Amino acid sequence: MGVYAGKILRVNLTTGAVATEPLPAEKAKLFLGGRGLAGRMLAEEIPAGIDPLGPENKIFFATGPLTGSAAPTGGRYMVVTKSPLNNVIASSNSGGFWGAELKFAGYDMVVVEGKAKEPVYIYVKDDTVEIRPAARFWGMQTNETVDALLAEVGDNRARVLNIGPAGEKLSLIAAVMNDRWRAAGRSGVGAVMGSKNLKAIVVRGSGKVEAANPEKYKEVTGAALKKIRENGVTGEGLPAYGTAILVNIINENGIYPTRNFQEGVFAGAEATSGETLAEKYLKKKDPCFRCPIACGRYCEVDGEEGGGPEYETIWAFGADCGVSDLPSIIKANNVCNEMGLDTISAGATIAAAMELYQRGLIKPEELDGPELVWGSGEAIIEWTRKMGRAEGFGARLALGSARLCELYGAPELSMTVKKLELPAYDPRGVMGHGLQYATANRGGCHVRGYLISPEILGSPQALDRFALEGKAEWAKIFQDLTSVIDSLGVCLFTSFPLGAQDYADLYNAATGESLTAEELLACGERIFNNERLFNLQEGYSAADDTLPRRLLAEPMPEGPTKGHVHLLDKLLPEYYRLRGWDADGVPTAEKKQALGL
Amino acid sequence: MKITVKLFATLRTGRFKAESREYAPGTTVAGVARELNIPREELALILINGRSAEPDSELSDGDTLSLFPPVGGG
Ligand code: SF4
Repeated sequence: MGVYAGKILRVNLTTGAVATEPLPAEKAKLFLGGRGLAGRMLAEEIPAGIDPLGPENKIFFATGPLTGSAAPTGGRYMVVTKSPLNNVIASSNSGGFWGAELKFAGYDMVVVEGKAKEPVYIYVKDDTVEIRPAARFWGMQTNETVDALLAEVGDNRARVLNIGPAGEKLSLIAAVMNDRWRAAGRSGVGAVMGSKNLKAIVVRGSGKVEAANPEKYKEVTGAALKKIRENGVTGEGLPAYGTAILVNIINENGIYPTRNFQEGVFAGAEATSGETLAEKYLKKKDPCFRCPIACGRYCEVDGEEGGGPEYETIWAFGADCGVSDLPSIIKANNVCNEMGLDTISAGATIAAAMELYQRGLIKPEELDGPELVWGSGEAIIEWTRKMGRAEGFGARLALGSARLCELYGAPELSMTVKKLELPAYDPRGVMGHGLQYATANRGGCHVRGYLISPEILGSPQALDRFALEGKAEWAKIFQDLTSVIDSLGVCLFTSFPLGAQDYADLYNAATGESLTAEELLACGERIFNNERLFNLQEGYSAADDTLPRRLLAEPMPEGPTKGHVHLLDKLLPEYYRLRGWDADGVPTAEKKQALGL
Repeated sequence: MKITVKLFATLRTGRFKAESREYAPGTTVAGVARELNIPREELALILINGRSAEPDSELSDGDTLSLFPPVGGG
């Protein structure tokens, strides 16, 4: 089994039962680990139609085979559950150190079922696993929770995964936090923990992760490290500026969504760019476990310190809300981390609220806080805080953009796909990337097939961003490869320098298997289709593979993308065909059989 | 002819952020990069008026030229 721990920890919070079971080895060969294996187990273990916030839902904290190993960036894990935001299969990825520590404790994943009567946390120290009372931590913000838990377990080197007030209040955009400011952010996974009365999982391990073929593993991890260091993006750009390096280039292309996607060029881009962040507020880099790239930022503003902000966060609270004051954006990011909120969804929901206010649908007298005007730094900070505590009008924001806009009778103003808030690239100027938004299994997401890479960044080769030809195939390949990367337990950013063959080399030396790059990609396709089948069972259909009407029907008003809409209906049929799905977006019997599903 | 030249990330070091500059008609992107001492391998992405361009693309009066080193993220 090589790098696999070979063991799963299963905790039932209703009965208090704690059990270990062997990793299903055959299934692991088909679904690799992390997102893939946990996604398959979720699909098999929970019946369709259950309440995601009920005790029947399960939540998987799943490492991949490479997590905790010597692979560069091998510290990633996935939170997999049924999403309370949109009922699809959620799989939120995070870095930091928690995932590797779980592996050191001897587990590939923790599965939590049922619901505790009172708030609890789970303490794992190698073979010792305890469900402990957490009433005194309930209501605490993230940093306070971490400090208090570390003090209680008396071990400063333990790793803490937790929710903040937002998850406790069942906000549908609540994140799972780990290592203080790393987040498994999307799809409301924090609310699932909250619904189970589970405040935290504290882990400490003393084991090691050994490759099946140590000599070979040393060689292939060394080769991967060399490629990462020599690549311009992972060797220079990301280390120097973090993900925020994207602000300017996305804005220069006229696809930087501004004021809830009403425009695509933001006058405040330079003031909120990665360059400005590095010049004025960056205190140090903050890398995840065994990461030579170190894109993570740690910033200080007005004596306030914290991890981040990322590109997406700067955009969501910045351009999307019309805010060009970087200090306010940094502070709003800190509030998200303290409250345990997804920064993309939080910022994008405030942006939607600002448009509802602009159009007179939200009335001034409803607001028990700052006016929701474009550009207000005060509004993004204070409304994020109130959202996190579900206080007053903040309770409406805590539902996310789709439900908020529905409440005001204007669902078309919600910039979401399958109720998940879209990230920081306007698809009207990137045809392939828009197709991927429409078809990503968790909804409006950029990291499940990042076609910005070829369409804007010229990697691995430059594609015309407006062209349609070939884009369906690129989307499929990127989605399948990303499924592999997410399931192996390494960071998606390694895909700038590494390709399918590199991942196959790492996987083979680590596990003792001998998959070709094609076979590994087939695992990715299987993983992706398993998620698709889960969503279809939950009632989703081809009609949901779409984009907000604004992006399909209203031409971009200005800038380098002026006059364009997204041409989704010209791309979807070919995409379905390449996927082996019928015209309704359902995998055909032959496809299912070929994938063993 | 007048060209607005915008530089980003590491290309700014020892140079500038954005300037309006005079060039002879027919100047190419590579010509501008040469004049600014930007080595070929540091010039990864080129936009003229927000649209992707090549080193041998010719500039026209009033263009905005944006130059980037390798950048990525997500
Ligand atoms: S590249 Fe960034 S997000 Fe990825 S593992 Fe490294 S520090 Fe973490």
